[in-house]
Amino acid sequence: MTPQLDMLTTIKTILLDEWFLLDTWIVVTAALAAMGCAIPGTFLVLRRQSMMGDALTHTVLPGIVGAFIISHAMKTSGWFAATGGEQPYAFDAITYTMMFVGAVAIGALTAVLSEWVQRQGRVESSAALGIVYTSLFAVGLLMIRLFADSVHIDPDCVLYGSVETVWVTGDGVPRAALASGGALVLNTLLVVAFFKELRVSTFDPDLAISLGINSTAIHYGLMAITAVTAVAAFESVGNILVIAMLIVPPATAHLLTDRLWLLIVLSVTVAAASAWLGHAFALILPTLLLTPFADAPLLRSVNITSLDASTAGMMATTSGLLFLLALLLGPRHGLVIRRLHRGFLAIRIAAEDLLGVIYRNQEDPETVNPAILTDRSLTRRLAVWWLRRRGLVTGSSTSPVLTSSGHASARQLVRAHRLWESYMAHHFNVPADHLHEMAHRVEHFLDPELRDQIAEELDGPQRDPHGREIPLDEPD
Amino acid sequence: MSTTNPSDPAAVEPTSSPPEHPSSAPLAIHDMTVAYHRRPVLWDIDYDAPPGKLVAIIGPNGSGKTTFIKAALDLVPRISGDVRFFGEPYRQARTRVGYVPQRGSVDWDFPVSALDVVAMGLYRKIGWFRPVTRRYRQQALECLDRVGMADLARRQISQLSGGQQQRVFLARALAQSADLYLMDEPFAGVDAATERAIVAVLHELRQSGKTALVVHHDLQTVTEYFDHVLLLNMRLVATGPTRDVFTNENLRATYGGKLALLDQVGHRMTLGQGNQ
Repeated sequence: MTPQLDMLTTIKTILLDEWFLLDTWIVVTAALAAMGCAIPGTFLVLRRQSMMGDALTHTVLPGIVGAFIISHAMKTSGWFAATGGEQPYAFDAITYTMMFVGAVAIGALTAVLSEWVQRQGRVESSAALGIVYTSLFAVGLLMIRLFADSVHIDPDCVLYGSVETVWVTGDGVPRAALASGGALVLNTLLVVAFFKELRVSTFDPDLAISLGINSTAIHYGLMAITAVTAVAAFESVGNILVIAMLIVPPATAHLLTDRLWLLIVLSVTVAAASAWLGHAFALILPTLLLTPFADAPLLRSVNITSLDASTAGMMATTSGLLFLLALLLGPRHGLVIRRLHRGFLAIRIAAEDLLGVIYRNQEDPETVNPAILTDRSLTRRLAVWWLRRRGLVTGSSTSPVLTSSGHASARQLVRAHRLWESYMAHHFNVPADHLHEMAHRVEHFLDPELRDQIAEELDGPQRDPHGREIPLDEPD
Repeated sequence: MSTTNPSDPAAVEPTSSPPEHPSSAPLAIHDMTVAYHRRPVLWDIDYDAPPGKLVAIIGPNGSGKTTFIKAALDLVPRISGDVRFFGEPYRQARTRVGYVPQRGSVDWDFPVSALDVVAMGLYRKIGWFRPVTRRYRQQALECLDRVGMADLARRQISQLSGGQQQRVFLARALAQSADLYLMDEPFAGVDAATERAIVAVLHELRQSGKTALVVHHDLQTVTEYFDHVLLLNMRLVATGPTRDVFTNENLRATYGGKLALLDQVGHRMTLGQGNQ
């Protein structure tokens, strides 16, 4: 077998033959978490409040810890029967409910506190957020230390999540998938119900208020929802990935479309794709990267095909790669398309310049530098190809001849050039030999309407400032 | 403030009480003072807008023109004064008031088309939980047509020229079908075609009995475009029909005569300095 084929077989083995129910649940849980985040994330990005997502995913920590402490206290004090008493970990209905209450409270608190710090502390909004969220996060870490007896949270798990252990054989639907799925459903319902209100209060908050839509309430609502979504997602994917999924899929979608509803759909799709591709890469990459070194002494005792990388990490990386792809290949704002546009513009300008040169050469060979006529550069050859395709010139590429339609185009261009020179000479106090350079650039961008407008303003000039004839658009 | 606080020594003065018979003028402002960070930027404004007229709000930079509009619309808090629209507080009169903010106040990269923006003017009519249906899109399109922009309806708004963006805002205000319009610098930086379109719309509005208050910066065109003027410079300098009030003397008072004392007192109020 060739090495390439061997590689493909390995990938196939990992993704199909060794794909277990666990892998499916990992992808489903991660995808639900990511999709849920992408919806409020879209509005954070559009409101230029991406930093808020970063902040909220950290500030929910004291909220969660507080929920644990309070529910533990409630249980030990006998207010409630300890429903989760038998379970090794303390997740039960009470703790869970408290966690979401804590998230909503802390979401609103973050927004209020950061606004207060910004107003009173004379700092800009991202600095205010930086102050608030690092402080609250540190408080959360401190609380974990102080109340270690009642709080069964591993700070590492909060940061990186543990999507790999989301499902144990024999479980039903994983709890994390239910929580994230719930958040996704809630967010979808809210965005459908309040689409108009979200759109107008994001685009123009003042107008929204004058329409009787409470922009402030929508702002705090969005913060609360973001916090709830982050809490639902934190135990499976961790808050670093939540930040990535709040920001990267919407930013990617923003490069791809100019319609808000499509932007939301696309960012949810990108989020789901990141989850699936991220897990697939996590499974494949270590094997692919290490196979060439399988015989190295260090790796000889390792079963390379059974290695995998962190799914959460690979998901964030994948979403970054998808963003990069959108940046390169986006339909309107993509770098490739913009490069192509510029390339085509350069060819068009070179071609039009050539038309002008041939025209002037016919008019008076004295005015044309012979070197320009015999130019053999790539741009020149592309320009001749461009003109020939449009039937504007015939003959060889070294001595092209204008066709009748080529002659008409050339005359329009020369008219544009000389009209602009006249216009400049009329309005600017510059010597005649300074006119050519600018007219040479501007001539390519004067449509018939603008040409007529200039001619009208100058009372239909016959000759340019150098005394050369200004041709008419249509010959008499 | 509509109630007087007996413990407030200033309340002894009768000036801060609401008018006995609220006027039914499109906009009636009584003793309005507006402050940013405790520093007053508009002092004691008393103003009744004449119905069915086009009114230019004129004043130098920093004279409080935008603040005037925003404070009337409850977008910035007033520290005193009573504002009524058609005899009612703004909350009740909202549907009758259209607002055209400054073009620079929004993010033009936002993913919406010109038509989407105009349809925003219809949101109140459409109501909560209902989508923008074909009927409303048709109405929005008609408003775009009135400003000569129907063929650009599907354009994303960042791909419109400044003048076209301004016309989209105007079309959105038309969609609100209000009786009073407050417009913040609609003529700022627009092309000749847009200027003509805006003037045509203003005339149309006046003809159907509506009132428009327009923040305007081009003194050359005031007499041509507007029936009334409101000269503003931290205080109301003068107001009335253009031919009576738009005089050199009043303009000098508006542009040259910034009351230095107002600034000084405002500054002391910001710092919280006492009488010592």
